[in-house]
Amino acid sequence: METFLHQVLSGLATGGIYASLALALVMIHQATHHINFAQGEMAMFSTYLAWSMMNAGMPYWAAFFATVVISFIGGVAIERVIIRPVEKAPVLTVIIVFIGLLLILNGLAGWIYTYTNKPFPSPFPERSFGYLSGHELGAIIVTIIVLMAVYLFFRFTPLGLAMRAAAQNPVSSRLVGIRVGRMLALGWGLAAAIGAVAGMMIAHIIFLDPNIMSGVLLYAFAAALLGGIDNPWGAMAGGFIVGVIENLAGQYVVGTELKLTVALVLIIGVLLFKPSGLFGKVLVTRV
Amino acid sequence: MASILSADILNASYGPTQVLFGVSFAVEEHGITTILGANGAGKTTLLRAICGMVPTEGQISFLGERIEAKATEDIVRMGIGHVPDGRGTFVNLSVEENLRLGAYTRRDKAATEQDFQRIYHYFPRLKERLSQQAGTLSGGEQQMLAIGRALMLKPKLLVLDEPSFGLAPVIVQEIFRIMAAINQQEGVSILLVEQNASLALNLADHACLLETGRVVISGAAKEIAGDEAIRKAYLGY
Repeated sequence: METFLHQVLSGLATGGIYASLALALVMIHQATHHINFAQGEMAMFSTYLAWSMMNAGMPYWAAFFATVVISFIGGVAIERVIIRPVEKAPVLTVIIVFIGLLLILNGLAGWIYTYTNKPFPSPFPERSFGYLSGHELGAIIVTIIVLMAVYLFFRFTPLGLAMRAAAQNPVSSRLVGIRVGRMLALGWGLAAAIGAVAGMMIAHIIFLDPNIMSGVLLYAFAAALLGGIDNPWGAMAGGFIVGVIENLAGQYVVGTELKLTVALVLIIGVLLFKPSGLFGKVLVTRV
Repeated sequence: MASILSADILNASYGPTQVLFGVSFAVEEHGITTILGANGAGKTTLLRAICGMVPTEGQISFLGERIEAKATEDIVRMGIGHVPDGRGTFVNLSVEENLRLGAYTRRDKAATEQDFQRIYHYFPRLKERLSQQAGTLSGGEQQMLAIGRALMLKPKLLVLDEPSFGLAPVIVQEIFRIMAAINQQEGVSILLVEQNASLALNLADHACLLETGRVVISGAAKEIAGDEAIRKAYLGY
């Protein structure tokens, strides 16, 4: 029972990180109908930036917020410079661009920072709280704050509403004066910032190296699909569920070496049996 | 009277297919102009051309300013409320959010809240359904929502693409009555594309008849409505 509770709770901690990255994926998917395969590498690169700043002596939280801001700007820049020119290109072209971006960021990080593992600090106390380590509890809290902030932003601010509108119906959005291109760039910025937080939270748990996000991104895919790729709240719930399933399966079923398989099985299972995901919105439209 | 919107020798095409050929027309300030024509005559394209949604050649002026090279969102911000073909509802959003989006470009909060009341006054039905997902509204309600959304922009010109399409006659009557009220009480100019020629000619002061992308007849709505030859040849009633 002890082990079980421990696995569930620490599953929630990593699950929150998957939830954040899944949310980033869903945000970009809603706006562009593409899956950003480079989302994980963007987060990885952001985490390295944070690491550089901390290594240079910057306090944790200062580096944390600086990284979030720089990642936001970087996300906007990537949309403007790299994604905008292929906006109307066929799906495969866009996917190749995403994969290219993934490889470039991965190679760049390896070139600058080498491929050796680096320990990443945690701002939270070392001691444990019940079944959770200080960092796990802190990561859960940070994740919840991020997800709440994103929710409040999209739900209650005019800009958040405009971004949702631009993602859903660009033509009508232009007709009410929304600058759709700018909203897309903002969405990329937000997704990059959310990913950066996820990266900084996970890096303390699994060490920082240029491939840190390849596994995490798979879990995030599984989370987004499980929750419903067109439903941000579903994707978040999916993240937490995947985190817990991953841990329980690792403990009781497949062992730690095959954990990643769980994500792949989940992806295939969802696509086979419930392609719209657990919380995929059933939309009623009249014409 | 001065014209608020005018187009001069306007061509428009979708890729290699040219749809409009040298179309010229105007909407007078506080006036109502209707564009009539059969399916495929280019009516919707003409409205899209005005809002910069299709590539065009020629001149379009709004409030004395050239707008043909501007982006859609900038044209809209000048004061054109466009009720598009198919209503353009944000189907996933609530009715209230749809209306709020209409006021997206406005910064005058108090006046915006007043305009919500104005919309509820015209369309009491919308007020009852504020929190409902807009995609679940009936066709007539979505049309009202589309007009309401365009009005929330506080437009100087309202552009409507077949507001009667697919609606029950009694709802069409209501929507036309409201358009007349908006025009007379608030002085909003209207450019109306319609299939229902008799209703449109009754409402408008000017009319343009489009045939395969060209203006074939243009003049006072009353005269066109009274000309039996035109009615029989083009309007079918």
